[in-house]
Amino acid sequence: MILECNALSIGYENRTVLKDLNLKLESGDYVCLFGDNGSGKSTLVKTILGLIPKLKGEINFGKGISQRMIGYLPQHNESLSDFPASVFEVVRSGCLNRIGFRPFFSKKEKHRVEEMMDILEIKDLEYRSFSELSGGQQQRVLLARALCATDKILILDEPFTGLDGSTAQKLYDVLDKINKELNVTLIIVSHFVEDLLKHANKVIHLSQDCMFCGNPEEYKKHMKKEYLLSRHQLLEIGDEQDV
Amino acid sequence: MFNEGIIQNFFNNFYILKYPLFVGILLSITASILGVVLVLKRYSMIGDGLSHISFGVYAISIGLGFTNAPILVVIPFVVLAAYILLRIGESKKMKSDAAIGIFSSSALAIGYIVASTLHGGFTVDINSLMFGSIVFANKEDFIIMLITAILVIGTFILLYHRIFAVTFDESFAKATGIHTRAFNVLFASLTAITIVIGMRIMGTLLISSIIIFPALSSMQVFRKFRNVIFSSAIISVTSFLIALFILTDYPFGASVVVVNLIIFIIYAIIGKLTNRYAR
Repeated sequence: MILECNALSIGYENRTVLKDLNLKLESGDYVCLFGDNGSGKSTLVKTILGLIPKLKGEINFGKGISQRMIGYLPQHNESLSDFPASVFEVVRSGCLNRIGFRPFFSKKEKHRVEEMMDILEIKDLEYRSFSELSGGQQQRVLLARALCATDKILILDEPFTGLDGSTAQKLYDVLDKINKELNVTLIIVSHFVEDLLKHANKVIHLSQDCMFCGNPEEYKKHMKKEYLLSRHQLLEIGDEQDV
Repeated sequence: MFNEGIIQNFFNNFYILKYPLFVGILLSITASILGVVLVLKRYSMIGDGLSHISFGVYAISIGLGFTNAPILVVIPFVVLAAYILLRIGESKKMKSDAAIGIFSSSALAIGYIVASTLHGGFTVDINSLMFGSIVFANKEDFIIMLITAILVIGTFILLYHRIFAVTFDESFAKATGIHTRAFNVLFASLTAITIVIGMRIMGTLLISSIIIFPALSSMQVFRKFRNVIFSSAIISVTSFLIALFILTDYPFGASVVVVNLIIFIIYAIIGKLTNRYAR
């Protein structure tokens, strides 16, 4: 077990979005988190990260992991696009949870930054300004930052939004590498259902009245049974030949 | 010689000039580096709102007879106002720019009414608060400004990496365990203190410009956080010194703003040119 939610209720001050949520993730899982708009995907992610307080229930982490040791790739944020920062500075800011009360970074953190930039193949961008990079490159920089923060769990909120086909494919490759080679548990919030199902080994589907948790095969069956999906929707989950 | 005249004048008048000079330099540095964070976090309007609120609180406290040490009375109230504005900015229920507008014009109006009825009209003291006057700076201002500057510069040195993280991406910073709320309160308080001291020199209507201008000018040219901070401090001190020593015939606060405007235009042109030829 690396992350476990027991009878968790989430939401904002006076509005419960989801209640009695139970889930259990194992180390090395590749989880995709689906759900309609307003179903509480982002709320769940933010609660796990501690950005908003949980309403009820408990969140437990595996041995040697704490809430602040989770890597996080936020949703695309327009306001970052004119921020004066070099790629190196941005990636390095991911190491802040490793330095405790020290005011400055040491060689160890610099090493880690370089290692992560290597993995994401952005070493050549090191001295470039973050604001002049393309969307795909910025995504990689922010992913490197998230990896600096964690060895265990990485949460990505809508990472594929705004990426074109080939850039998205590259991102899938990198995520596979992070999951398989570095053995990092991935939790990906997305609505690009079909492509993700090919990579994930666990699916969580949130909706108002029910919650599904299982592997991709079970998910396809579940979707057919529960919703009597139209041909178009089945296409979306990549199962059209069974119609 | 022209230059010798200025230098001679400078030493002859040093005892009058020393507090305004030191307070001005410290204020320029402090306001401009705080400004980098405020501008990047989209909080520049808070600076403007706070200056109006400071004016209101100042006017009320003078009206009520605290003429000896108004700064010490005003600072706690303005820090409180800064905290409230920040909370309004965080909440999604209220439009924060509209809220700041309401807050600041109300404070200005109430201050004006209290001061003009209780203090027998709009006196010279209060009038110069609107546009500022460099001769206002005294020893008390200098000591408070020195403490503020040490606090601000010390904060920037010791917490540089955390300030970068919180400014760049607040939710990521929070997820990695930085107390972002505490940071915001710290910044609001430092800004409030800087504005209360600065408005006596620069004036209520102009103080927010020395917070915003240097940061905005620097961002036209520089693309790294640290360079933007250094450049802002240098621009700010330079424009202060130009206004103080060269543009002596013109009103001080307005001169600082005009010098800043000219620097901004120059930097914007440099920025456009380097961008075009760098690619």
